[in-house]
Amino acid sequence: MSVAPPLLAVDGLTKSYGGIHAVRGVSFSLRAGEILALIGPNGAGKSTCFDMLNGQNKPDSGHVRLLGEEVTAKKPREIWRLGVGRTFQITATFATMTVRENVQVALISHQKQLFNLFGSAPIFDRGEAGRLLELVGMGGYADRPCGELAYGDLKRLELAVALANQPKLLLMDEPTAGMAPRERVDLMRLTAQIAREKSIGVLFTEHDMDVVFEHADRIIVLNRGTLIAEGSPAEVRGNPQVQAVYLGEGLVYDARHREGASS
Amino acid sequence: MAFYVVQFLTGLASAASLFLVASGLSIIFGVTRIVNFAHGAFYMIGAYIAFTLTERLSGAFGFWGGIVAAALAVALIGVIVEMVLLRRIYHAPELFQLLATFGLTLMVEDLVVLVWGPDDLVGRRAPGFKGAVDFFGQNIPSYDLFLIVLGPVVLGILWLLFQRTRWGVLVRAATQDRDMVAALGVNQKWLFTSVFAVGVFLAALGGALQIPRDAVHHAMDLRIIVEVFVVVVIGGLGSIVGAFVAAVLVSELNAFGILIFPKISIILVFLVMAVVLIVRPWGLFGRPEAPARKTPGLTVNPWRPLTSNERLAALAALVIAATLPLFAGNYALTVGSEIAIFVIFAVSLHFLMSVGGLASFGHAAYFGLGAYGIAFLAKMAGLPMIVCLLLGPLLGCMGAAVFGFFAVQLSGVYFAMLTLAFAQIVWSIAFQWVSVTGGDNGILGVWPSSWAASPSHFYWLALGVATLVTVALRVMVFSPFGYALRATRDSLLRSEAIGIDAKRIQWTAFVIAGTTAGIGGALFAYLKGSVFPDNLGISLSVDALVMVLLGGVETVSGAVIGAIVYKALNIWLVSQTDLSKLVLGGFIVLIVVVFPKGIVGMLEMLAQRRRKSSPPGSPLLAKPIESAE
Amino acid sequence: MRARNIFVGAAFALLAGGMAHSAVAQDIKIGEINSYSLLPAFTEPYRKGWQLAVEEINAAGGINGKKLVVISKDDGGKPADAQTAANELVSSEGVAMLAGTFLSNIGLAVSDFANQKKVFFLAAEPLTDAITWSKGNKYTFRLRPSNYMQAAMLVEAASKLPAKRWATIAPNYEYGQSAVAVFKKLMSEKRPDIQWVDEQWPPQGKIDAGPVVQAVAAANPEAILNVTFGADLVKLVREGNTRGLFKGREVVSFLTGEPEYLDPLKDETPEGWIVTGYPWYSIKTPEHDAFLKAYQAKYNDYPRLGSIVGYQTIKSAAAILAKAGSTDPEKLIAAAEGLSMPSPFGEITFRKIDHQSTLGAYVGKTALKDGKGVMVDSSYKKGADYLPSDAEVDKLRPKD
Repeated sequence: MSVAPPLLAVDGLTKSYGGIHAVRGVSFSLRAGEILALIGPNGAGKSTCFDMLNGQNKPDSGHVRLLGEEVTAKKPREIWRLGVGRTFQITATFATMTVRENVQVALISHQKQLFNLFGSAPIFDRGEAGRLLELVGMGGYADRPCGELAYGDLKRLELAVALANQPKLLLMDEPTAGMAPRERVDLMRLTAQIAREKSIGVLFTEHDMDVVFEHADRIIVLNRGTLIAEGSPAEVRGNPQVQAVYLGEGLVYDARHREGASS
Repeated sequence: MAFYVVQFLTGLASAASLFLVASGLSIIFGVTRIVNFAHGAFYMIGAYIAFTLTERLSGAFGFWGGIVAAALAVALIGVIVEMVLLRRIYHAPELFQLLATFGLTLMVEDLVVLVWGPDDLVGRRAPGFKGAVDFFGQNIPSYDLFLIVLGPVVLGILWLLFQRTRWGVLVRAATQDRDMVAALGVNQKWLFTSVFAVGVFLAALGGALQIPRDAVHHAMDLRIIVEVFVVVVIGGLGSIVGAFVAAVLVSELNAFGILIFPKISIILVFLVMAVVLIVRPWGLFGRPEAPARKTPGLTVNPWRPLTSNERLAALAALVIAATLPLFAGNYALTVGSEIAIFVIFAVSLHFLMSVGGLASFGHAAYFGLGAYGIAFLAKMAGLPMIVCLLLGPLLGCMGAAVFGFFAVQLSGVYFAMLTLAFAQIVWSIAFQWVSVTGGDNGILGVWPSSWAASPSHFYWLALGVATLVTVALRVMVFSPFGYALRATRDSLLRSEAIGIDAKRIQWTAFVIAGTTAGIGGALFAYLKGSVFPDNLGISLSVDALVMVLLGGVETVSGAVIGAIVYKALNIWLVSQTDLSKLVLGGFIVLIVVVFPKGIVGMLEMLAQRRRKSSPPGSPLLAKPIESAE
Repeated sequence: MRARNIFVGAAFALLAGGMAHSAVAQDIKIGEINSYSLLPAFTEPYRKGWQLAVEEINAAGGINGKKLVVISKDDGGKPADAQTAANELVSSEGVAMLAGTFLSNIGLAVSDFANQKKVFFLAAEPLTDAITWSKGNKYTFRLRPSNYMQAAMLVEAASKLPAKRWATIAPNYEYGQSAVAVFKKLMSEKRPDIQWVDEQWPPQGKIDAGPVVQAVAAANPEAILNVTFGADLVKLVREGNTRGLFKGREVVSFLTGEPEYLDPLKDETPEGWIVTGYPWYSIKTPEHDAFLKAYQAKYNDYPRLGSIVGYQTIKSAAAILAKAGSTDPEKLIAAAEGLSMPSPFGEITFRKIDHQSTLGAYVGKTALKDGKGVMVDSSYKKGADYLPSDAEVDKLRPKD
C-alpha cells in the first residue's frame, strides 16, 4: 500500500439480481501504467463488474474510487469526465459518421464544446484527431464512413476515441473479441505501448488466454461473482483453484463468444 | 347502480370495436415495424364492402357471411399491398413505410367516394341482435353484448394462435428480435405477408362489424386511425393483451368521463397516453425496444458541407427564386410565400428527425404556437409586425421547451406518439378555449403591416427568412452541436461513454426545431391573415413528415426539396381537381417505389454511383460531387 | 442542386400555365369555393344546384349580355387552403366576386380575406352568426338562414311543448356550441320555467354514441335538443332507438329534416322530432315546382338542400351583378344591399343592416313513410321573421 491513493480502488463491490449474487464483495486496485486483466468463465460476473466501474450499473454496496474520489453513484459521462476511457465488447461507434468525425465528437466533448451551435465541426481539432488516428494506425481511414469498417478497425477506432480525453484509466471490455489472431496481438501490443508511454492504467476483460497471459501485468480471476485469485500471470497460471474453475468448465481457450448470464 | 353497470357495459362494447382494429395494428407493427397509416383505410374498406355484401345477401347467413367475406376480401387486398408495395421498402429508412401507407390512405379516401358515392350509407342491423335487453329498467343493445363477448373471444383466439402454433411462436420471436428470426432461417417474406394479412383482416372485421351501429362514409378511416394508434401505444407496442387493456381503459374512462366533463372525449385518449408514456415509457405492457443493431441504409453517404461549386449553385437557385416577383403574378407570389414557409417548417422537422433521429408526429404544435403567438401579440397587444415576428416564435420555443423535456426521455415510436399527444393537447386547448383563441373559428384579421403587405414584399420576406433558417440549420448540422446530436442518434451508449448528456443535447435540438417551426408559423399567420386550430392539427404534422420523407430523411437538406415538391404539387392539385387526394396519394406511392431514399436521397445515390464508375484521374469527376442540398 | 433548379422551374411553369388561361376577357367570372373533397355528401348536390343556375342564366342571355362563368375550387375542408384558392381566384383568375363555402371557419377565413383584399364575397352555407354579426364586414353577404334564425324557428315550436326538463347533445365545436347557446337563450326567454338537466358534447365526427345516450337517459330529461348531424346523427339515432332514449321524449333537432341527413336514416328514422329541413316532396309553390322540374330533368335525381343553396347562391350572385352593371366591389355592395329577388322558397332580400339574406327554412316533424324518413306538417318560416330587431343587430355588428 502506497501513501498516494491508487488510480482505481474497488472495495467490496456487490450486486445481486433477484437474490442471485452476480458480484459479491469484489475488491482490487490498479496503479497508473499498469495493465490488469479481469478474467473468469462465462457468468462469472465480469461484465456486471465492469459496468459498475464505469457507472452503467449501480452496485448494491461497495465503492469505486478514482484517485481517491468516490465515483460509485456517478453516471458514465461523469466518470468519463474524470479521465476514464472505455471500449465495448460489441463496438459502439457512430455509424453514419466518418472515422475522423467519430474522434472529433469525443474531442468536442472533451473540450466542452458540445453546445457550440455555430462553430465548424469538420475543422474541429483535426490535428489532434489525426494524431489519435495515427496512433492506433487508422490514419489512412480518416475519411471512410465508419459503417464500412471491418470489425478490427472499429476496435482500433474505439481505442482512438477512448484516448481522446487523455484518460488516466482505460476500461476495455473484451478488446479483441471477434478479431483475427494477428489483429489481437497487434491491438494489445499497441494498447500496452500507449499505456506505458502515457502512464495510463488499463483494466480489460478477455476470453483469449494467450492475450491475457502475454499482455497483462497482473490478473484477477472472478468465479461466481467472487474474486478467487489475484497475481502475476505466472502466479495465476499456477493457481490450482483457477485451473479447477477453467478445467471444470472446459472452456479455457474457446470461450470467446458470448458472456450471457451476467449482463 | 344499474345505470353504472350499463354504462360500464356500454364502455366495454366500445372497447371491443377499438380492440379489434388496434390488435391488428399492434401485430403488424410488432413484427414488421411498419407504422401502418393505412390501417384506418382497411377498416373503412372493410365497412364499405361489408355494406355492399350485406345489402345484397339476404338472411342471417347472408349478413354474417357478408361480414366475414368482406374481412377476408380486404385481407386479400392487404396481401397484395404488402407484396407489391411494402416488400420493396422494408429496407428503406425507418418510417418510409409510413409515407407509403399515407399515400395509400389518401387514394382510398377518394376511391371509396368514386365507387360507393358521397352519401353516408346505413347498413342493416345484425339479424338476431336488433333489439335490447332489459337490465333493471336500463336497455342494453343486444349487439353490444355480442361485441362485449366478441372482444375477449378474439383476444383468446389470438392468444392461442401466438402460444400454440409455430407461426405464433415466430411472430412473438420476431416481435422481440427481428434479427434473430432472420438468423433462424425463417422465410421472413412470408412471415411478414401473413402477419400483414392477419392484421388487415382484424381491421376490416372491425370495420365490417360497425355496419349495424354506424354509418359507412369516406372519413371513417381518420376517425379511427389516430385513436387506434394511441390505444396500441398505451398498451405497449406489439402486446395484444396491452391493446385490450388499453382499449378497455380508454373506453371506460370516456364512458364515465363524459358524465362529469361532457367535453372530455375530444382529448381524453391523448391525455391518457401522455400520462401513461411519462410514467411508463413503453406503455402498460410493452418492453423496452431492443435497439436495432444496424440502422438500414444509414451508412452510405457521410454528410459533408457543400463544396464551393455547390454553394454557388445554391446561391444561383436562390437568386432565380428571388427574381420571381419580376415576372410572376400575385397568386404565384403568394404560393411562393406559402412554399417558402413550408420549407421552414419542413427543415425544422428535418433537423430533429434526420440529425437528431427523433421523428416527431406532432411538430405542427410548434408551428401553430408560433402562429397563435403572432395572433395574440398583434390582435391583443397590438404590437407592430417586426416585434411580433421576433417574439411570436417564442411561444413555439416555450412549448417545445416544456413538451420536449418530457418527449426526449423516450425514443422511437414512443417519442413520436408522445409528441403527437402533446400536439393534440395544445390543439384541443386552442379548439376549446373559445374566449382566448376563438375556438375553431380562429383569430381573424392578422394581416401584415403595409411594408410587407404586397405579395412581392411578403414573398421576399418569406424567402429571406426561409433562406436564413435553412442556412442556420445547415450550419448547426456541421457545428460541434450538430456532431453531438448525430452522435446521440447513432449510439446512445457511445455518446454517454464520451461524456455527452444525450437528453440535454436532444432537448436543445427539440427547442431549436420547435422555435424554427414557430418562425414558420408566425409567417404563416401573416400570410393567411388568420389563425385556426388547424395550424396545430395532426394533418399538418403529417404533412411535415411527408415532406421530410419525400425529400430524403438521410440527407442534410432534402426537406427543402421535399417541401417544395409536396407543397407545390398539393396546391396545384387541389386547385385543379376534386380528386387531389387520389392523384397526390398515387404520386407518393410512386415516389416511394421509385425513390426509396426520397428524392434527394436518390439523386445523391445516383451521383455517388456515377462517381464510383467514373474513370480514375478525370480531374473534374475526381472531386467529390455532393448533390445534397 | 440541379434538382432544386428543376423543381423551381417546374413550379414556375405550373404557375405561369395557371395564369395563361385567365386572359379571356368578355365573360363575367364568379370564383366559387367549397369543401368538395371533404363533404361530398353535401357539396355534390350543391354543385349540381349551381351548375343548373349557370345554365339557366346563360340560356336567358347571361348577365347584361355577358356570359357567366363559375370557376370552382376545392378547399379540402381547411381554412388555409380556402384562402389559397380565394387568392388564386382573385389574383390569377380575376373573378368579379367570391362565393360558396360550407364550414363556418372557412366562411370566416374567406370573409376576412375578402375584407382585406376588398373583394365581394357571398357566403353560401356557413351558419355561424359571427359572419354577419360579430365578425361581419362590408364585403361579406350570407345566403343561408343563420344559426340564430334556425334556432329561433325551432324555439317557436319547442316553447309550446309542455316539457320542462331539457338536455342537449351537440358536436363540440363552434357550430354546436353556438346553436345550443342561442337555443337556450331564446328558449329561456320564452319559458323561464325550463331546467337544463344535462349537456353532452361529443367530438364532431367521433361520437361514442352508446355512453352519450346512456348519460342523457340517466339525467331523465323530458325533451332533448340535438345538434349532431351526418354520421354522428346516424349513430346517435341508432343507439337512441335501441336503448329507448327517444321513447316518451320530445326531440328538437337542427338540420335533421334536410334530405342529406334524413335520407340515410331510412327505416330507422325516429318519428315526431321537430326539425328544420327541406321537404322537397311536399312544397307546392310555383317557384319551387319550376326549380324541381328543371333539376329533375337535368339530373334525374331529387334535390337536396345543398341543391337549393348552390342554385340560389349563383342566382343571387347573378342578380347582384346584373343590378350593379359592373364588377366593382363597391358597386356590387351597393347593388346587393336591400336587393330582393325570387328564389325557389319565394322572394328573398339581402338586408342592408347585416348583409343577411331573408331566405327561410322549413320546420316540421319527422315521420316514417314506406321505410323512409320524411318531414310532415311542415311549414315555411320566412327568414325575416326570425331575426332580432335592427337595434340589437346594430349592437352586434362592428361598424364598417
